[in-house]
Amino acid sequence: MVKKRHDVDVLEKCPTGIRGLDEITKGGLPRGRPTLICGSAGSGKTLFAMEFLMRGAMEHGEHGVFMTFEETTEDLAKNFISLGFDLHDMESRGLIATDQVRIMRSEIEETGEYDLEGLFIRLGSAIDSIGAKRVVLDTIEALFSELPNATILRAEIRRLFHWLKGRGVTAIVTGESGDKTLTRYGLEEYVADCVILLDFRIVEQISTRRLRIVKYRGSSHGSDEYPFLIDERGISILPITSLGLDYPVSKERISTGVPKLDAMLGGEGFFRGSTILVSGTAGTGKTSLSATFADAACLRGERCLFFAFEESPRQIVRNMGSIGIDLARWVKKGLLKFHSARPSLYGLEMHLVTFHKMIEAFKPQVFVVDPISNLINAGTASEVKSILTRLIDYLKMQKISTFLTDLTHFGGSLERTSEEISSLIDTWLLLRDIELKGERNRGLYILKSRGMHHSNQIHEFLLTNQGINLIDIYTGSGEALTGSARAAQEAEEKASELAHQHEADRKLREQERRKRALEAKIAALRAEFDAESAELHLLTEEERKRKAVLTEDRLELTRLRKGERTAGRQSTPTRRKKGR
Amino acid sequence: MKAASSGKVKKAKTDSTGEIWNLRLYVAGQTKKSITAFANLKEICEEHLAGKYRIEVIDLLKNPQLAKGDQIIAIPTLVRKLPEPLKKIIGDLANTERVLVGLDIRNASG
Repeated sequence: MVKKRHDVDVLEKCPTGIRGLDEITKGGLPRGRPTLICGSAGSGKTLFAMEFLMRGAMEHGEHGVFMTFEETTEDLAKNFISLGFDLHDMESRGLIATDQVRIMRSEIEETGEYDLEGLFIRLGSAIDSIGAKRVVLDTIEALFSELPNATILRAEIRRLFHWLKGRGVTAIVTGESGDKTLTRYGLEEYVADCVILLDFRIVEQISTRRLRIVKYRGSSHGSDEYPFLIDERGISILPITSLGLDYPVSKERISTGVPKLDAMLGGEGFFRGSTILVSGTAGTGKTSLSATFADAACLRGERCLFFAFEESPRQIVRNMGSIGIDLARWVKKGLLKFHSARPSLYGLEMHLVTFHKMIEAFKPQVFVVDPISNLINAGTASEVKSILTRLIDYLKMQKISTFLTDLTHFGGSLERTSEEISSLIDTWLLLRDIELKGERNRGLYILKSRGMHHSNQIHEFLLTNQGINLIDIYTGSGEALTGSARAAQEAEEKASELAHQHEADRKLREQERRKRALEAKIAALRAEFDAESAELHLLTEEERKRKAVLTEDRLELTRLRKGERTAGRQSTPTRRKKGR
Repeated sequence: MKAASSGKVKKAKTDSTGEIWNLRLYVAGQTKKSITAFANLKEICEEHLAGKYRIEVIDLLKNPQLAKGDQIIAIPTLVRKLPEPLKKIIGDLANTERVLVGLDIRNASG
């Protein structure tokens, strides 16, 4: 978790192991120097110090001494248990040494000169006993109320800080906040290297804890107020991740779960690890779209974490069943995990820390928040932005594809969301109502999608019992129509198309008929012609026969007249024939 | 005057309880304050508790672990282990009046 930063470390740092702190301090507390942790009562100073020691002993192999001036070691042990550390066990293993300094003013009389060498000796002996590298003094200010001579005390505390530096231990000294000063007794005067302020305040009935690095000599550091949380795993400071923009990017694409939407996004869907925002007014299908995306992720065998801020998991599962998405099977398989909470349950940072914790535990590839708008309303714009930036950076580092929905308000600008967060979003889908001819339909379009070709068309967004479907909006004759208007228009077109078709068919048939008629006519004519030719032939034949018969007859006649003029008569027709 | 009162105390103490005053002086090495404190203590005891006191000087430089037991932070510290209850006086014991009050010797004498 501790990342080496590229700025030159002139100061050696001591990683605290406290989640988030090492990022904002860029490596931890100044090694070998005392750090002052100040804050009001209950702001988490002791816990902070305690975790510093415990993490040092467990994770960094640095033993620690806890010197308590207020609590008994028994109370201390109980507190440690609440963080999951067994103080007694660690003491017996020589990882931690404790010393409780208990002074009762009532049993002390002061007379003459003294110093606090006894305290130094006790501390030194504790350090030597386990070879400690870390020391906590919680809180040394208690001495002010027990020892009457403040002058001596101040001088001795000053000497103590020098002494600690001389011992080379990394120390945390806690101090209670004063009215106008960081600490009631001005301890900050003595600690010049690093001062961290813890703050605990209640705004609109929601308690928030914040941490600020007041000063850190010789090191750059985040200067904001960082929200932090105390839970069963100790302190978590946001950001838990780095502030850089150096996360890995992926060219891999993942399906949105809606084929048509994939097609709108360059044919392949979202980039893995990108941040997707869907905004829309109530009832435009944001949850359905996110459930579809979650379903698609689980189909690919990926794990999906679904934060629901408006509905209970069961309700979502039931409702999505109505559009044909069976989420219950993924929950059963352990691929889908729901987390439902009322947004007002706790402060923004608590939610965000919950995100972090669950992401760390579940390690999802896909992360859905439905809707994020309620969180946005939980803080001021700048606060939300800085926190969300870090969350999104974190998710990108983990290559987790993030799907956020955002409920926009009626009447407000649809793009309002999120002036605050729009710059963080890679792909922004807008779901909107299209009111036309007395009905409301859903339209979807892509407001932006970084790094890919995407459709500029508004598509009608349909929730069917087989899931989400996108339909091209009717855009003929110069207007965009949706819903029944689109359907009517389409039907009308279909009808007129049909009419056209009929007309064409009719013409075709007419043509055919005429062709056939013509052909018939041709055939008839031909027949007539044939008949005529046949007749003609017949006539010619007849004529020939008649002539033959005639010749026959003449010959017969001639034969019959035979005798005298046979020769002469014979020659005559020959001549005549010739002449013809 | 001083001797008289001292004798009186001695008498009263031995008469009533016969207790031994068990005093422990915590120091850290032979510092000026430590030496002064021891000298002052010795003088006061001789004067008020002659014969029935015991002074144990503990040098924390030699036995640092002992500091924890008696909750010592200031040096020098005088601890009245006995008689009960435990009392502590911090400083070089320069102000005799306050030492007497702190050790409750005045009451005992009265």
